[in-house]
Amino acid sequence: MSMRQMELEVMRYDPEQDEQPRFQKYSVPCVDDWAILDALNYVKENIDTTLAYRWSCHMMVCGSCGMMVNGEPSLTCKTFIRDLPDHVRIEPLANFPIERDLVVVLDDVMEKLRMAKPFIIRKDPPPEDQEFIQSRAALYKFKQYTMCVNCMCCYAACPQYALDSSFIGPAVLALAHRYNIDSRDQGKSERLNLLADHDGVWECSFVGACSEVCPKSVDPAAAVQQMKIDGAKEWWKQKLGGAKS
Amino acid sequence: MSRQPYVRPVSKTTWYMRNGRYKRYMLREVTCLLVGLYCFLAIWGLAALAAGAENWNAFLKAQQLPGMAGVHAVMLVYFLVYMTFDWFKLAPKAMPVQMGEKKLPDRYIVIAHYVAWAIVSLFVFWLAGVI
Repeated sequence: MSMRQMELEVMRYDPEQDEQPRFQKYSVPCVDDWAILDALNYVKENIDTTLAYRWSCHMMVCGSCGMMVNGEPSLTCKTFIRDLPDHVRIEPLANFPIERDLVVVLDDVMEKLRMAKPFIIRKDPPPEDQEFIQSRAALYKFKQYTMCVNCMCCYAACPQYALDSSFIGPAVLALAHRYNIDSRDQGKSERLNLLADHDGVWECSFVGACSEVCPKSVDPAAAVQQMKIDGAKEWWKQKLGGAKS
Repeated sequence: MSRQPYVRPVSKTTWYMRNGRYKRYMLREVTCLLVGLYCFLAIWGLAALAAGAENWNAFLKAQQLPGMAGVHAVMLVYFLVYMTFDWFKLAPKAMPVQMGEKKLPDRYIVIAHYVAWAIVSLFVFWLAGVI
């Protein structure tokens, strides 16, 4: 197995000592089939035990190892050494406050996630002793949005969120859309006020970066544009005195 | 241990220089200036038409000056072609078509937009007596 000496330039921030973040370089002997996360684990285990970062599953499921790799929001467990130059700069996810080193504060998004009610809401009682029947066609309508692992790479790529963090943002809007178009859900009108509000879908100016960086090939930009159409239809319905859907 | 999260500053004026994606987005958005310029030209033309034949002919003559023809060419290529290309590329995101269990491939939606554009253009050319 071939080895390569890589230079990792890692952003460090110790809230008890540093006024602002700084960069620290580590020379790491990497195996070619390593991911960046493996290289960070090597640093932690062999060079510098004080380095702080989040990770858990190492298989693109937990979504906790999102970082900026050479300026690109990436899941470090699926960003391979073999695809990168010898010098790699690793920073915490952009657009979030830094808690320590590569760990960011995600409280804002977690709160927005809660507000978007990402669960099935029923107005009619559920069928007694029966499952909700859903056709495959109805499932495929929203299936791609269920792949989101909340890694927040899309927030790190979104310039709108960077400029104004009151914007609800791509992953939460995509998840809300996922439930809005789920044939079992009846909660669209409950989510409408939040999503169609000033900080909702209309803040998005369709840069499309969120979809381009998503490591799970979810398309939040598409969800937001479809919600704009839904929102506009709803507005006209209300103006013309129709019933809310 | 006290929490003192560090917030990285974001420039309100140069944020779009951060990567190629943002620059391409700004190139698309800046076409609105050219839309404004064309509106101005249309208003100028209407005002000239209302002011009589002499003014109208002077307006037409002004449009045919070499510099003005260049401006029209740049506006047409950049504003019309670039903007159209970019928006048509994005259309399948806003208007996905699902047929049963399968999603219609994006390219069909994009091609349909180009076909519709060609038909409308031909109609306008026919209306204007060009064809």
